[in-house]
Amino acid sequence: MSGNWIEVCAADAIDEEDVMRFDHGGRTFAIYRSPEDDYFATDGLCTHEQIHLADGLVMDNIIECPKHNGRFDYRTGEAKGAPVCVNLKTYPVRVENGTVFIAV
Amino acid sequence: MPHFVVVGAGECGARAAFALREKGFEGDITLIGAEPVAPYERPPLSKEGLVHAHEPKFVAALERYAEQGIDLRLGIDATDIDPTGKVVTLTDGERLSYDKLLLATGASARSFPGIAGTGERIRMLRSQADALALRAALLPGRHVAIIGGGFIGLELAATARRLGADATVIEGLPRVLKRGVPEAIAELITQRHRQEGVDIRCDETIVAVEEGTDSAIVRLASGKEISADLVLIGIGAQPNVALAEKAGLAIDNGIAVNERLETSAADVYAAGDCCSFPLALYGGRRVRLESWRNAQEQGTLAAANLLGAENSISAVPWFWSDQYDLTLQIAGLADGAATMLRRDLGEDAFILFHLDETGRLLAASGIGRGNAVARDIRLAEMLIAARICADPAALTASHVKLKSLLAV
Repeated sequence: MSGNWIEVCAADAIDEEDVMRFDHGGRTFAIYRSPEDDYFATDGLCTHEQIHLADGLVMDNIIECPKHNGRFDYRTGEAKGAPVCVNLKTYPVRVENGTVFIAV
Repeated sequence: MPHFVVVGAGECGARAAFALREKGFEGDITLIGAEPVAPYERPPLSKEGLVHAHEPKFVAALERYAEQGIDLRLGIDATDIDPTGKVVTLTDGERLSYDKLLLATGASARSFPGIAGTGERIRMLRSQADALALRAALLPGRHVAIIGGGFIGLELAATARRLGADATVIEGLPRVLKRGVPEAIAELITQRHRQEGVDIRCDETIVAVEEGTDSAIVRLASGKEISADLVLIGIGAQPNVALAEKAGLAIDNGIAVNERLETSAADVYAAGDCCSFPLALYGGRRVRLESWRNAQEQGTLAAANLLGAENSISAVPWFWSDQYDLTLQIAGLADGAATMLRRDLGEDAFILFHLDETGRLLAASGIGRGNAVARDIRLAEMLIAARICADPAALTASHVKLKSLLAV
């Protein structure tokens, strides 16, 4: 791979409709696998109180923060209401030969 | 233009005001806050927020109120409600006419019987101002005696240790967290506090607390005395009902509301810590919840109903507490449970499931480091809301995903 694509993990290391934490370069990301087997990546910390989102629950394209239940659409990073009001950054993801890469 | 007034600018009142705008309300909104500070989150006051007490975590930036057309009045309180004339009188004498009124007056720290008030060495914690004063007093090497082994008392003990102060917790009951927390979890928390150097004394009756020049003394029925630099009273909260009571509204362990948060007066609603309500999920029993999530959810629900919806309370009670690196989370109400099952999550994290005699899941209580139990407690909350009778073997087998039980 070239440029700023970073290898994350094997595609099957993330369960369907689940999330995984990925730390790289002093930053933390959350990598998602949708029920349709699409992969997405966002910043890994909730914009409300910097809690690791990968400890939260993924359901219906939403990641819910484990601490205060702030919700984001993990496909777009959009905050879905109180207590969160700041969107998550999202990152391009691609899967090649069974391996997940993100562009950071 | 209709005018909605919200009395109480805590989490619940502020959330309700913003939710009215999010739901399209274009009328006037007045939000009355007795404290001189903009609405802030209260849970951090006994935890991380106490360590950095100089600035609270605000519910929203101050300019957001102006942007949303919310007339936020701080440092002023309501003194009277006239539910017939639909008027609220404020401490400065101003009379506000309302079309709909929401009481989100919250709760106050309960004072210890026999102690006239608080002083320099006897403190309670409820507000940001309390936290600021407490932070200044919690210095390394000082000894703080904490009355009450509930959530607030234990969180304060953990924070005191973090700040280098010595802590003694005095509890009247045989163990800490007697209300709503299973013994196995309370025992684990007790052990952790003792490892951290906290002196936890249960089954102790306090006969007097005396404040001197150099110290405060807690006198116990056993004859023992505990001398401390500071005494903190953390024995729960009582709902702020004086305003509602004076206006003749029904009171029942809080401002009594129905499942739609309506009080006994027309067009007057109540939400959050100040109200008691029937919980359909648990047979309609009347409860009052003091939790951040409840304040948020009921604020949002009240906003919808002020706008004409007739939504009923359906949320599962949910609480959490942070002490050291441990987080405790509880979903549902466990009293009345016939069976308890344990699910181990690894690294000393576990969840206890509480089932009724028919096998229906009533509550789940979990503890672990960080957010180790958060996801499963959230799923348990959904199982409780769905009134599911889950297979006990599946509940206890950690390799079975709780999410899979939702699909049944």
